[in-house]
Amino acid sequence: MIEEKGIFSGGEFCGHASCPGCGEKIILRHILDVLGRKTIIVCPAGCAAVTDGIFPHSISPVPFMHTPFDAVASCAAGVRAGLEMSGRSEVTVMVWAGDGATFDIGMGALSAIAERNENILYICYDNEAYMNTGIQRSSATPFGSWTTTTPRGRLKSEPKKDINFILASHKIPYIATASPAFIDDLREKVNKAKEITGLRFLHVLSPCPPGWKSDPKDSITLARLAVECNVFPLFEIENGERIRLSYRSQSLPVTEYLDMQGRFRYLSEEETETIQSRTDEYYKTLNSLHESEQPLRMTMRKE
Amino acid sequence: MKKVVSGNEATSLAVKLSRAQVISAYPITPQTTISEKLSEICGSGELDARFVKVESEHSAMATLIGASSTGVRTFTATSAQGLALMHELLFWASGARLPIVMVDVNRAMAAPWTIWCDQTDSVAQRDTGWMQFYCWSNQEILDSVICSFKIAEKSSIPCMICYDGFFISHTNEPIDIPEQKQIDKFLPPRKAEYFLDIDNPQTFSGGTLPNYFMEIRYKLHDAFEKAQGVINDVYDGYNKLTGRSYEPIEPYYIDDADRVLITSGSAASTVFHTVNKMRKSGEKVGMLRIRQLRPFPEKELLYYIKPNIKYGALDRNLSPGTGGVFSQEIRSVLNRNGNGNRIHEFIAGLGGRDITTNNIEEIFKRIGNVEPDGINWVGLLK
Ligand code: SF4
Repeated sequence: MIEEKGIFSGGEFCGHASCPGCGEKIILRHILDVLGRKTIIVCPAGCAAVTDGIFPHSISPVPFMHTPFDAVASCAAGVRAGLEMSGRSEVTVMVWAGDGATFDIGMGALSAIAERNENILYICYDNEAYMNTGIQRSSATPFGSWTTTTPRGRLKSEPKKDINFILASHKIPYIATASPAFIDDLREKVNKAKEITGLRFLHVLSPCPPGWKSDPKDSITLARLAVECNVFPLFEIENGERIRLSYRSQSLPVTEYLDMQGRFRYLSEEETETIQSRTDEYYKTLNSLHESEQPLRMTMRKE
Repeated sequence: MKKVVSGNEATSLAVKLSRAQVISAYPITPQTTISEKLSEICGSGELDARFVKVESEHSAMATLIGASSTGVRTFTATSAQGLALMHELLFWASGARLPIVMVDVNRAMAAPWTIWCDQTDSVAQRDTGWMQFYCWSNQEILDSVICSFKIAEKSSIPCMICYDGFFISHTNEPIDIPEQKQIDKFLPPRKAEYFLDIDNPQTFSGGTLPNYFMEIRYKLHDAFEKAQGVINDVYDGYNKLTGRSYEPIEPYYIDDADRVLITSGSAASTVFHTVNKMRKSGEKVGMLRIRQLRPFPEKELLYYIKPNIKYGALDRNLSPGTGGVFSQEIRSVLNRNGNGNRIHEFIAGLGGRDITTNNIEEIFKRIGNVEPDGINWVGLLK
């Protein structure tokens, strides 16, 4: 049961410029609702930066610092250091970044704050491409997806970068995936992350109708199917060692998810099978790691 | 207190006296000994600051942008490739009006690789909206770093203090170090007007359409136009405290000179000694040492330009195809003000090549004997 008692219960957070059916604002609203007012948002270039509002407008109910595309992680580390030096350590520093800033251009700086275990809550809204510039592929774009830089005949041939396991190898205290179709789970994870000190990474799938070529009314359905088809499993990794599946999916065929999106329209049967078998394999691995006594990094090394 | 220190130690001492609160730096020769020292004194608690050990200079500047946005005092140091890597963020820092202070220990830009000195790294950042000060002594470094915090915070413009790698950074000189309580009085803790504050939530540096952007840039330009007044006030105050002060352009033996060489950085020391030497044999030579590239001291320069004196400008930096950057600035000031004077332009000392007293004597000879004729390369192997 969702109880919005927080900072948005009074109907704040209106007037943003996101497209109809955008996952990002739904996710952000719930995150901020859980985190409350003692939060500072640090946000790089991307849809969230634009749709928050154009100067002098801003919908953010908490301080909001825009940063260069490649610099969000380091800027956040600076905000954290500044807060500590001015006696405001209790404030949550939250990064709100898309997949381009997280998986690609900001990856070096993200790895650095992970290695230093900076006390930051880093949340990635992953819409799986550069949507703000008009749908170009990122390293978060899944195999077989159409984008303007992976056009028909040259669909993305590489799998999506596995950001969570890259970060797990940095042994940060908390990593979780989440979905706007599983709001209770999302809010629980934000709440849990809030209480942990060190770098916490939340990876949230963020449906994007213009980029996914889907119907705005289907965004939450798609977010749900991504989980139920195991394309985007919900799990947590603690200290880079302990992995826990947060939800047992129905393991529906991936076509249920793929067929509703124009970006997957050009997939051949063979490519669809590849997606199915890779998805099965990944979910099997996650399952075998679920609450395993064996530290995750040892298991990973063996594979 | 008097102490013999290197240029880089002078920086570290100044940062400590200024009570910087967040420091972030990445190792690069010849800057490294600054961050080593600062890391040490942050570690020991001698300085109550957080030292963020970043993975690149890009992140060093980004970290300070974040930290400065919370209202604290921030510092970094770099050189050459490191400064170039920060380029994007230098615009951001000035655009966001953050009073970050940075030392650039001047080092030539690769390729080919070199760790030796010239000013091409910092002059290439001329248009990023940072003030730039060029020092010629370790005492001046200490004083400039302290004063820059105050200048930056009063004008909301970031400041870069530049001095020559190795020639100054690694050379020991005796300097006078002010007492901590003197500096505490001169430079109280930063009081930011706008900062990331949960009790007064505001959005910083968001998307801006053509209806506002130009005004925001105009304000930065306007702040630069007013900055010289701020700089002068700060140095006046510092002078009362320590008896030391600096002018944007420092004259040497110019009252009766027939030839004057304009230069900056450690080259000015060599010119200084050459002027002394030539004066002994009766030659009427003098020097103008420029301390600022931004704001460029236009009024002050014009004050010193006289119709019956011949001028040369010596640059230890290069904008390929155009020449030295200080020369260009001087040329443009003279042209803009309808001044008939033309100047001799000299390029010397790139990539750490020595600039010798012989070089300077030749330069003065040339200024006296021929008409200005474009760019002269001094000490170039044939
Ligand atoms: S392009 Fe996609 S991510 Fe961006 S605002 Fe629109 S729906 Fe949201």
